[in-house]
Amino acid sequence: MIRFLARRLAGSAVVLLLVSLLTFGLIWLVPGDPTTVLLEASATPEQVGRLRVALGLDKPLPLQMLDWYGRVLSGDLGQSILLNRSVTEALLERLPVTLSIAAISLTLAVMLGVTAGILAALFHNRWPDQIVMSTALFGLSVPDFWLGLVFVVVFALGLGWFPTGGFTPIEQGVMEWARSIALPSLALALTQMGFVARMARASMLDVLNQDFVRTADAKGLSRTYVVLRHGLPNALVPLLTVTGIIAGALLGGTVVIEQVFSIPGVGRLIIGAILSRDFPVIQGGLLFLAVVYLLVNLVVDILYAAVDPRVRLA
Amino acid sequence: MSDTVSTPLGETWRRLLRNRSFVIGAVVVSLIVAVAVLAPLIAPHDPLRNNFRTRLQPPGEIFWFGTDHFGRDILSRILHGGRISLIIGASTVVVTGIFGTAIGAVAGFFRALDEPIMRLMDAIMAFPAILLAMAIAAVMGASVTNVVIALSIATTPHTARIVRGSVLVVREMEYVEAARALGASELRVLFRHVLVNVTGPLIVRLTYVFAIAILAEAALSFIGVGPPPPAPSFGNIIANGRDFMIVAPWITIFPGLAIIAVVLGLNLLGDGLRDVLDPRTRI
Repeated sequence: MIRFLARRLAGSAVVLLLVSLLTFGLIWLVPGDPTTVLLEASATPEQVGRLRVALGLDKPLPLQMLDWYGRVLSGDLGQSILLNRSVTEALLERLPVTLSIAAISLTLAVMLGVTAGILAALFHNRWPDQIVMSTALFGLSVPDFWLGLVFVVVFALGLGWFPTGGFTPIEQGVMEWARSIALPSLALALTQMGFVARMARASMLDVLNQDFVRTADAKGLSRTYVVLRHGLPNALVPLLTVTGIIAGALLGGTVVIEQVFSIPGVGRLIIGAILSRDFPVIQGGLLFLAVVYLLVNLVVDILYAAVDPRVRLA
Repeated sequence: MSDTVSTPLGETWRRLLRNRSFVIGAVVVSLIVAVAVLAPLIAPHDPLRNNFRTRLQPPGEIFWFGTDHFGRDILSRILHGGRISLIIGASTVVVTGIFGTAIGAVAGFFRALDEPIMRLMDAIMAFPAILLAMAIAAVMGASVTNVVIALSIATTPHTARIVRGSVLVVREMEYVEAARALGASELRVLFRHVLVNVTGPLIVRLTYVFAIAILAEAALSFIGVGPPPPAPSFGNIIANGRDFMIVAPWITIFPGLAIIAVVLGLNLLGDGLRDVLDPRTRI
């Protein structure tokens, strides 16, 4: 297990190094000089010069890179051009909002998806299976932000059950907090659920066709016991990977859905930065979310190795 | 393969035609493509013409899907928008197909390059794909070409990983060894024996890439970094409708339904192709 951990951590470190290199390189995608995009055409040479210094563009490339790594490693993602404050601070301040929506949709998607998928597997090729699979496919085909908009029209504007947008911190009342994140979380969970349900069904079907399940059936155990005791635990293992995969999709989805519901999270911060080309925030935000994603997947892989010895020996 | 008289290709085709998902998906996608191609002929109105006397009309006899705040016909905008969305989707499929295959083949076939290439792909995949595409599209400037580039960068790594996985399996097959024993060059082995045998998983993946690209284009346009207005795309019609959701929800609802129809068709097509071409990964 220790060897597996060492290998896995080394792998993550390499990927992290490349991730930060890519975020650093993003600014080089700007056609021409980045300052011309950021400033109005009427900008004075002094203004251009100041911005070049602020972005570190006045130094040679290797030095810029060294600077960037030095700062990033000490947790400093630079200063936002627009907000005139530290990027790290701005991100951390908004992180709880984004994480609570992502975590709640993840929990909902996994719980509902797994239940539906296992139900489908147990009724393989019969009507519950067909209903679950059709619904799953439909969920995969709906744009999450559009579903959010429809929810606003129906449940907020129409029925008035939920606020149309905004975010209430949990300190101001649990009910109000729950109401403010219910619709965005539900929109995200429903579109991700389909993927989970399909994977859960495949995994369960796979397990139910294995010899040890046939043996359990053959020795006269009840179907419920076989499914719950022999089937389910084995079917759940591959679903850990699924959780890692949809964590990425959910982080991306949250970014867009925050825009729909005017929720002041990391996503709105980054999209605001993208639209106004506030490079330090774009770079910092991308790096930040990539690190969250890598961490989630690191935890998933370690859990996977803990429950399945074959993984850590491979 | 018990049917000895049929060619492998004929057999694959027969199996596809027996697959319900494939047939429904193929019909839906063909219909939508046909409608998009014929849009200038069948659209009842000019998608770009403003007419302030017909602002925010609800769906009715003249404007089946209603009009927007400029009095433009939503149905005509959806038909024309479908063209742009489909062009973006198809172009992304082509670009991702080329780069994904090339990168995946090199990584899978030349062992020394495998580690560095795939770690780089892992690094790109660490970013939420939709956010990466938004950042790239915004940084490069909003245009159809840049949206395609952004979406291709976001979808290529996973495609490369699938191709690499298949190449790793195929390169160990006995017929590849046989080809080598007969003196075939490495490049001939790669192109004539390995790559032709990874097309199944690749076609399946690219069908899903098409669906992903349509969804992502909509999200990009909604945020405001998609193809520039006034030309309609599925996403920017929804974005326009957002401010009028209370008085004119049809502006938002109908293009969303159009997206669902296209993506559902493509997903069905992908599922059908997967059942037949790549049954190993069936989910």
